[in-house]
Amino acid sequence: MGDGIKKFMRSQLVIPLFSLFLLVIFNLLRDPEFFSISLATNNQGYRVLSGNLISIFNGAAAIAIISIGMTLITSCCKGQDISVAAVAAIAGSVFVSVLRSHEITIPVIILAFLLSCLVSVLFSLFNGVLVAVFKIQPMIATLILFSAGRSIAYWINGGATPTVSSDFLASIGGFIPGIPIPTPIIIMVVFLVLISIVLRLTTLGLYTQVVGINEGTAHLNGINPVWVKLIAFIISGVCVATAGCITVCRIGLINHETLLLDAEMDVILAVAIGGTSLGGGKFSLFGSVIGAYIIQALTVTLYAMKVPSAAVKAYKAAVIILIVIISSPVVKEFFINLYKKLFKKQVDAKIPIKAS
Amino acid sequence: MRKIRDLLTGKIENIRRERISNTTLLMTITVCTFFGMYLLAMAIWKGGFLNPQQFLDLFNNNAYLLIIACGLTMVMISGGIDISGGGITALVTMVCVVYLEDHGGTVLGSLLISLGIGIAFGLVHGILVAYFDIQPFIVTLAGMFFARGMITIVSIAPRTASQEAFLKLKQARITLPGIGYYGKNGNFIPAQIEPGVVVAVAVVIIVAVLLKWTRFGRNLYAIGGNSHSALTLGINVKRTKFFAYLIAGLLSGIGGYVYLLHTGAGDAANAAQAEMQAIASNIIGGTLLTGGVGNVIGTLFGMLSLKTITNIVIASGLTKPYYQSITTGLMLCFFILLQSLILAVREKGRVKLLPDWMRLRKTNRTESQ
Repeated sequence: MGDGIKKFMRSQLVIPLFSLFLLVIFNLLRDPEFFSISLATNNQGYRVLSGNLISIFNGAAAIAIISIGMTLITSCCKGQDISVAAVAAIAGSVFVSVLRSHEITIPVIILAFLLSCLVSVLFSLFNGVLVAVFKIQPMIATLILFSAGRSIAYWINGGATPTVSSDFLASIGGFIPGIPIPTPIIIMVVFLVLISIVLRLTTLGLYTQVVGINEGTAHLNGINPVWVKLIAFIISGVCVATAGCITVCRIGLINHETLLLDAEMDVILAVAIGGTSLGGGKFSLFGSVIGAYIIQALTVTLYAMKVPSAAVKAYKAAVIILIVIISSPVVKEFFINLYKKLFKKQVDAKIPIKAS
Repeated sequence: MRKIRDLLTGKIENIRRERISNTTLLMTITVCTFFGMYLLAMAIWKGGFLNPQQFLDLFNNNAYLLIIACGLTMVMISGGIDISGGGITALVTMVCVVYLEDHGGTVLGSLLISLGIGIAFGLVHGILVAYFDIQPFIVTLAGMFFARGMITIVSIAPRTASQEAFLKLKQARITLPGIGYYGKNGNFIPAQIEPGVVVAVAVVIIVAVLLKWTRFGRNLYAIGGNSHSALTLGINVKRTKFFAYLIAGLLSGIGGYVYLLHTGAGDAANAAQAEMQAIASNIIGGTLLTGGVGNVIGTLFGMLSLKTITNIVIASGLTKPYYQSITTGLMLCFFILLQSLILAVREKGRVKLLPDWMRLRKTNRTESQ
């Protein structure tokens, strides 16, 4: 039992779970009804789940999906991809332009999704080649698409913000008739499970960490770092395309300027809060997803406290700094030392009593 | 044997000429590219490019960016990153305008406020990065969010400064003697610069001197190159890092005031993406994100190149906004690849353009395996 607790305290999930716990407690104290879930009837006449908890999970779906890909890139490339939101805008634009040129049926939606995946993977691979083959720091390499990506989306859309509407798309972005859980949550869970299974069953997860911890050693052990990095970028490309398409389905139009605006910053924060070092190495997909939920829970809490939407960023920054300070190695060491001191004093105090 | 003979005869200096350092090489490339680009533009499009005022407007419009980029250069040389520059700039403009308008503030007071905001941000960033050992990206990202959020807490609506003393300072222009152009009527119009440009140029010179000739500046290069060796050499790594972020914050505050002098308005959308433009200026100028390599003169020319390419795109008739950002992206791509190739050649002595599996002729290493 004691060993289990010690092992848990040392794992990467302590800080994210602890901060999520604090947020939950804070919300329960503020409003005991905050997390209540109720069955309500929505506009289309289906009975669906509603409540703050559902809106947190639903709202964080896109960020959580992107954070899965970002975790892998962070782990093996020791850097972050800041072009994810711009690439998502490109993928969304491709998705919409295919849908608008055909009648919207399920096969067409699948075709459009696959095409947007392909485009997004190609752009991701462009980043990947710069990072893996030319050995450029990821942040610098992705700065190119960060500055040019949304303009490419603008070019695909022809400068307009085209809309698409169909019952199929509404059910992807909202609810499938008969199922009370929002579809983005289901897609997110399926994605997380699939990628975790792939990483667990194959050696890819291990290789990713090894390349991140020491590239030279990985090379000497017969792992090709270039391939591992490229695969991470390919997975990230698929994640980004999925997130872009979900967001397009949810709002029913593509606006290249505002689609997933500032999402790259939220995603990187999610990865950092989730316990993955931004300097590469060991990663935790589960932690990153929890990190995304923490950020969304924070946003929903602030909205519930009637904070104006533009000012949310300031409060968010303050809480994030607090979380990062608590989880920083210096503070951790301080607390461990403090604990040891207190523990030692107890031992010292006990011995004379026993002797006497 | 010849080496020993030369050593004995005191001719050792003549054997090996000192290699040009990475910093100087990358900077030289940027400077040459800028002049080449500008001369080409002068030859092809003539018109505005021959007008000295248009060249000076590059400085007039981007003095704030130059100041932020100088601070960023120091942080990047030390191996860190600071992406809060744009946010601090926007916050300073808003707070100063509100102070001047609603609280009857003075110009001196607003200047002190801008410096204070900059130092406060720099202080927090420095402490968190240097002493708490938190990743600089996250710290300055939170700083950026905080600054952008605070703007709307200070005032939601955009504000314009109308205080007389401030407007006088804002409208002040410095006329450069002997430089100018002939207007349509044939009258001579002298070229003018804004007071912010003087500040920016002063900042560039001060930072250049700081980096080149002070112990602090050399320590920055040492830390960026290898912080462990720097520590074993007895350099106070933490304190040096702390001061790098402090100065970057201070310069962002000054940059904010210069921005205010240029536009005279406080707005949440001010200096949007200035941090990314500052990073791009640094990269084009030859400062590496890994640290240890870089120069503030390179940053100056990086910024000028970045803005000149936009002018060229507009002059060539591609006025839609998306052409500008795509060209900026292409230019960044060109410089990044160029630097990567140059560094690879200098390190290994050969170009590795293609990975091994793509080569037709196998290299020695794969044969031996």
